Amino acid sequence: MMQSAPSTSAAPGIFGYTFSLVGILAFAVILFWAVVALFAPQIAPYPIGKIVDMDYFGPMSSKLWLGSDYLGRDMLSRIIFGARYTLGIALAGVLIASSSGVILGMAAAVVGGWFDTALSRFMDAMISIPSKLFGLVVVAAVGSSLPSLILTLAFIYTPGSYRFARALAVNVNTMDFITVARIRGENTLYLAISEILPNIIRPVLADFGIRFVFIVLLLSGLSFLGLGVQPPLADWGALVHENIQGLSFGSAAVIAPSIAIASLTISVNLLIDNLPRKIRDRSA
Amino acid sequence: MSKLVEIKNLHVEATTDAGRRIEIIKGVNIDIAKGEIVALIGESGSGKTTIALTLMGYTRPGCRIAGGALLVDGKDMAGLSERERAKVRGTEVAYVPQSAAAAFNPSQTIMDQVIEVTRIHGLMTPDKARERAIELFKALSLPSPETIGERYPHQVSGGQLQRLAAAMALIGGPKLVIFDEPTTALDVTTQIDVLKAFKSVMKAGGIAGVYVSHDLAVVAQIADRIVVLKGGEVQEEGTTEAILSTPSHPYTQELLSAFEPKETQFAGKRTDKARPLLEIENVIAGYGPIQADGLPFMKAVNSVSLSVEKGRNLGIIGESGCGKSTLARCIAGILPASAGNIIFDGKELDHDARRRSREALREMQIVFQYADTALNPAKPIEDILGRPLSFYHGLKGKARDARVDELLDMVRLPKALRYRHPSELSGGQKQRINFARALAANPKLIICDEITSALDTVVAAAIIELLKELQRELDLSYIFISHDLSVVEAICDEIMVMYRGEKVEHLTREDVKSPTHPYSKLLFSSVPKLDPTWLDTLVLEPELVRQYGGA
Repeated sequence: MMQSAPSTSAAPGIFGYTFSLVGILAFAVILFWAVVALFAPQIAPYPIGKIVDMDYFGPMSSKLWLGSDYLGRDMLSRIIFGARYTLGIALAGVLIASSSGVILGMAAAVVGGWFDTALSRFMDAMISIPSKLFGLVVVAAVGSSLPSLILTLAFIYTPGSYRFARALAVNVNTMDFITVARIRGENTLYLAISEILPNIIRPVLADFGIRFVFIVLLLSGLSFLGLGVQPPLADWGALVHENIQGLSFGSAAVIAPSIAIASLTISVNLLIDNLPRKIRDRSA
Repeated sequence: MSKLVEIKNLHVEATTDAGRRIEIIKGVNIDIAKGEIVALIGESGSGKTTIALTLMGYTRPGCRIAGGALLVDGKDMAGLSERERAKVRGTEVAYVPQSAAAAFNPSQTIMDQVIEVTRIHGLMTPDKARERAIELFKALSLPSPETIGERYPHQVSGGQLQRLAAAMALIGGPKLVIFDEPTTALDVTTQIDVLKAFKSVMKAGGIAGVYVSHDLAVVAQIADRIVVLKGGEVQEEGTTEAILSTPSHPYTQELLSAFEPKETQFAGKRTDKARPLLEIENVIAGYGPIQADGLPFMKAVNSVSLSVEKGRNLGIIGESGCGKSTLARCIAGILPASAGNIIFDGKELDHDARRRSREALREMQIVFQYADTALNPAKPIEDILGRPLSFYHGLKGKARDARVDELLDMVRLPKALRYRHPSELSGGQKQRINFARALAANPKLIICDEITSALDTVVAAAIIELLKELQRELDLSYIFISHDLSVVEAICDEIMVMYRGEKVEHLTREDVKSPTHPYSKLLFSSVPKLDPTWLDTLVLEPELVRQYGGA
């Protein structure tokens, strides 16, 4: 097949990968929010708790780009600082949830037997607890602090990630190359990390992204109920919550954080659906 | 004879994932007369199935017919609309797939599926169709033709299912039937029945056929004419006798010569003093719950003993389900044996690989049938070959790289392949890597489980040659498991015949031509020969077939 017809369209590849436009745009949006979160104190025009406007729910102006909130604080600054909490808490939560879920899932698939059964039934029991209710109980018990919030979110989303990773790993585990590695004398850790993980990493990443979105939404939900990040700090969900009265005034204070949540969650999903694809067509 | 099919200057294009167009069929011309069976033969990727499918106006996803005409009974299949093609499919052109097991719907009875064609095209009433189906079942010499249609696909054997798939194709009264490697997945003993049935039905109905296969011996039995393909082009075309007796194209000659294994000097006579490398005594292994006597419910290997001497090869042969692969897994410790002894190099081995020493694991390697699943698709070749090197020999960095190059060289592959992933290699290359990984351990014994059965004849012959050369260089012993007698004969000093989990006969090279056990006789006489008259003149003792026959 080497002497094939000349190529009719040039491969749009860099380093042997194809990038889609949607993926690049989504990545740009995520990068934008990451930069905003990282440099929030430098970017924000006003301090987070400072009342700068005499009016509440003030309109958009050249001084206050997104208007003011229910206490007359600058909305833009609050969104910029909110990015830190939304992105930071959600990222920490999803990292803990997905990594522990994936590690346990692969271990269950490789070890099998009673370990798999016991762990799987335990995780099934965890899944049966409603997530918001669990969040309420934890916050009621230990109060709302950033670490407890992160751990609660991670705890809620670990079983789902475990189930997903275990299902994938069980399939890979039956392949002959795993048998070959086993009778070479390899240990469980090597089997999981080196033989199974590279084969399930793509779906696991997709799951990671979806879980990230779920956590952002749950965090926003908890904050909306007043159980998330505590004032004067606020994540985006809390911003929507505290400015909800502004809805009747048509204030930007409600719509702006909602748009921020939507743009982040949609971008994460679009990026995962459009990750760069490796070009397999090597004879080119 | 008038022409039924005319393929004129056919071009088929495929689009790669980089958006490049590749021509996979490059201007093919084939004519088929009424009632003639033409075989398309060639290695995988030669375009034989693609051509056969275009006769129904079908191309696989990503492909399209780029040019040429496909006249089937005067109609140009390439030019018809999808609706018109659907009318032709099943009534004028029919298709028998490679894997009948995958082609049948497991949740419907066989009869419902066989007569579905007549229902879709409104050819006859259901009652009439059932009568016709039963006639076909009789013609295809299926057992209990009156009632076999009531069964579900999992209730009949593989050979029967393949004949039922043919019945499904024939019920619409087609003028042309396309057989896509219909016997490749079958045992030799079963293959004979299926081939005989196909041949008699086709001749009786005067139906033209296209028979796609890579097995020249099978094709020789059924085809009137052979078209040899390679790289999407016709290499040679002629009557079966002409192709077999006077092949003119080098590729055809290569195909034919792959059938006659080159003679090699085998190890000398058994020296009685030498201690066997591997000895197995009364091994029992199987599946299912452990019974009161400590043995598994389903015994796949029942009290088998064997021995392999240093530098000599043992072949294990038998049909699918005879326990030969289970025996291999049992020796390697993947499936721990329930009873018996495994003595390797003078030491008794634990039945479970997990409790064997690393050194014992290193010295005995197993190579699996499907290189596709035996190589981790997510890793480049250098990692796949490098792991046993660092695991067993502690090689790192430059030393490891150099050894990987050496291994690639040993299995006659270019060094540049080390950066590729398994999906970027051909079937034969993958099997070589699979084998090189076993060599990386510096083993004394390699268990080869059907390593050539997924490969084309020419590629398989090259692999066998490679194994022989490496044996001479590295002083290896092989246990060679196969259902293909010619492969085993080509490489093994001793042959063990298995049937239903038991060892029925042990043959040396000298008496391989004259087996004594009735099953061995049946098995050995069922291997197709290149002689076109072989199938017609073949007489199998009916008593033998009844006792041991597969279908």
